[in-house]
Amino acid sequence: MFEEVGTTTEGDIIINVGPQHPATHGVLHLVITLNGETIKKVEPHLGYIHRSIEKMCESLSYRQFIYVTSRMDYLSSHINNHACALCVEKGLQVEVPPRAQVIRVLMDELTRIASHELWWGAMAMDLGAFTPFFHAFRERESINDIMEETCGARLTMNYMVPGGVMQDLHPNFQKKVKEFMQLYKRKIHEYDELVTGNIIFQNRMKNVGYLSAEDAVSYGCSGPAARGSGVSCDIRKIYPYEIYDKLEFDEVLETGGDSFARYMVRIREMQQSIHIIEQLIDNIPEGDFQAKTKAVLKLPKGEFYTRVETARGELGVYIVSEGGTTPYRIKFRSPGFSNLSVLDHIARGSKLGDLVAMMGTLDLVIPDIDR
Amino acid sequence: MWSFSNIANNLHKWLSETFNPTMTLIIEMVLAGVAVIGLFAALGLVLVIMERKVSAWMQIRLGPNRVGPKGMLQSLADTLKLLVKEGLTPNGADKLLFNLAPFVAMIVAMLLMAPIAFAKDFQLWDLNIGVLYVSAISSIMVISILMAGWASNNKYSLMGAMRSGAQIVSYELSAGLSILAVVVMTGSLQVSDIIYSQADGWWIFKGHIPMVIAFVTFIIAVTAETNRAPFDLAEAESELTAGFHTEYSGMKFALFFLAEYVNVFIVCAIGATLFLGGWMPFHIGNWTQFNHVMDYIPSSIWFFGKTFFLIFVIMWFRWTFPRLRIDQLLNLEWKYLLPISMINLLIVTAMAILKWHF
Amino acid sequence: MFITKYIKDVYKGVRSLLVGMKRTLYYFTHHKEIITQQYPDNRDTLVLPERFKGEVVMPHNENNEHRCTGCQACELACPNGTIKVIFKNELTPEGKKKKAIDKLVYHLELCTMCNLCVEACPSDAIKMAQTFEHSVFDRNELTKILNNPGSKIMEGVE
Repeated sequence: MFEEVGTTTEGDIIINVGPQHPATHGVLHLVITLNGETIKKVEPHLGYIHRSIEKMCESLSYRQFIYVTSRMDYLSSHINNHACALCVEKGLQVEVPPRAQVIRVLMDELTRIASHELWWGAMAMDLGAFTPFFHAFRERESINDIMEETCGARLTMNYMVPGGVMQDLHPNFQKKVKEFMQLYKRKIHEYDELVTGNIIFQNRMKNVGYLSAEDAVSYGCSGPAARGSGVSCDIRKIYPYEIYDKLEFDEVLETGGDSFARYMVRIREMQQSIHIIEQLIDNIPEGDFQAKTKAVLKLPKGEFYTRVETARGELGVYIVSEGGTTPYRIKFRSPGFSNLSVLDHIARGSKLGDLVAMMGTLDLVIPDIDR
Repeated sequence: MWSFSNIANNLHKWLSETFNPTMTLIIEMVLAGVAVIGLFAALGLVLVIMERKVSAWMQIRLGPNRVGPKGMLQSLADTLKLLVKEGLTPNGADKLLFNLAPFVAMIVAMLLMAPIAFAKDFQLWDLNIGVLYVSAISSIMVISILMAGWASNNKYSLMGAMRSGAQIVSYELSAGLSILAVVVMTGSLQVSDIIYSQADGWWIFKGHIPMVIAFVTFIIAVTAETNRAPFDLAEAESELTAGFHTEYSGMKFALFFLAEYVNVFIVCAIGATLFLGGWMPFHIGNWTQFNHVMDYIPSSIWFFGKTFFLIFVIMWFRWTFPRLRIDQLLNLEWKYLLPISMINLLIVTAMAILKWHF
Repeated sequence: MFITKYIKDVYKGVRSLLVGMKRTLYYFTHHKEIITQQYPDNRDTLVLPERFKGEVVMPHNENNEHRCTGCQACELACPNGTIKVIFKNELTPEGKKKKAIDKLVYHLELCTMCNLCVEACPSDAIKMAQTFEHSVFDRNELTKILNNPGSKIMEGVE
């Protein structure tokens, strides 16, 4: 099962990157076959953080299993909870009030910005520039403060329930979000100065890790990793949920297919998220924040599937119910798993230093892959 | 008036009166050695805390601020920590080379202290080929890195050492050509001659544009020579977990660490001497009042001020730019820096012959 | 032409680097942008939002009374068995036997701070406190009894 580390007959060396490594964004074990500096094969070994979340959910009721999905892709925890709540509501055929829908979309977009900020800081740090990491965290801390006031936690929020949201918005929410948008618009050009326009960054990311559109579709990539190759796959546009069909925003596509294209897709997505928040922040409708549901939820017998667009790609939640209070089987289609499978394909022939840039632009969060 | 050269001369007179010549020589050598080691220790402490504070302020955070007032005693705590750590030799490592490598790095750094002029007429050894000596001895640094990488018996260390060796050998060319630009203008390799020729203005101002280009290529080449970011592949933390000094811990790691910082100091001192005038104060043409005021500041303050300014510039590079990949690094040297330095040298030679400088 | 492209590349590259360096110099010289909070020293002035989920507590009023009726809604709502309600029988003033809670055992080491118990409680007996320094040396200190000794339920709570 595990490759013997050593040398093969042609003089290739096999090295291990990880599982404990500063650049792998979690516990990912890569077994790389190198010939000098050129990569011949990359084999990811997963499972170091498998916590059997899907099995755990089989013994929890429909209200209880949502908290554990926050810990799957912890950077877009609101969006994970949102997906589970949507799936349960589909089974119960419950209508979510408009105020709750707007609150959910606002929280989703704020989470998307926070996730992309951390991605940007961590990617710059992997490539060797240590300063942008702190600048990214400054913006992320503002978002975390907003979340802390309304939801009570900074990372694993557990704010969405089947039927709406758990508590109403804090009175300071609108003011703080507007302040954050002012801060963000002032600081966004710094990102261009420090990272995007810098010639060293551009040389390290251009023409590195080319992924063609056909390969992206055949490996099942989604999210910014596929949109960087020109594949139109934004779930918010193609299968809109909540109120996304009433909002005006662009789907960001780039045709380069290399790491720089994927990088630019995420930078522009942050700007689109700000645009969405601007449209919503002054128009939050009044009303209930939670639909009335029974105390004990029972889904009818059948299978239900919903898909949402997390910061990493398409997350799918598939619930099989036998009519009881706990699900029979829950399966999560995680975006990171498919995005990771393309790493071997795009890394062949590149240098070891490029591997870091490629893993950074695919935006892998290992707990999402291992569940 | 006390000055370093006065103290040195008085000491020499007193020693030669008290002892016979051989004994005087031996005592002076011992004193010089002790002074150099003392300077090392002081520099190491100061540079470590300077790097941490500079990096912290650039990253919108405070640096070390618990140990001592405003964190100034942090380096003492670091030194104590490194001293009490266990120094492991890995299994299968080549014992002689493994233990020898940090000492070679330190010896190279100490040898390079000799021709630098710290204050007016205060040099350890003013030899007539001072600049060539510096260039030659700094090439020996490569040997210590390769020894460390090979003797560690570790794939990562070996890869790091190989990359570093290729990098240092390539960038010495550009550094040498930039130094040659100043030598051509001065006409001598002796360090004190170069400094005295800048009495009416530093070379970076007198030589206008070609000298500025030479200065910029010198700074870039020298950042690469000392394995500092953005050229620090040999110690790339995110890729190869500390490269050639992965297996070192305790006192030997402290020696490598110290040798790197002292190397940075030395190359900045060379840069300050050649391009910024060494210990010469800042004179502007005929403004005699201004020149008079500038002359009051002691020459050692001028020298250390310029050197620390250049050290700050090198630290500024480290915390702003990402790392270059090995082939981009060699690309930069062979396709950009080397042609530019060569053409620059031709222009400077023409300038020196036709007297087109100030 | 090759030469013009070469010179343009060098110029653009150097300019982008200088722009980045200017930004770092700005942060180096403007110290009021520093956002570090000196944590252990600022405990007195630290204010956490009121909805922060730190730990579950049961508020008592001045007469040492709480609002918990022992309905076990929190125990059923909790996903991983963090709360356990232990009953005892006690006599009401009319002389009838009534069930009342003896202890409400709360395992802080298992709690995920998901807030489901607080939402499920029909009588507002428990709420989330804003403490966050939970580290202890002895694990048994993390098993807390939420109701004070000798306290009883308030009048009129259903």
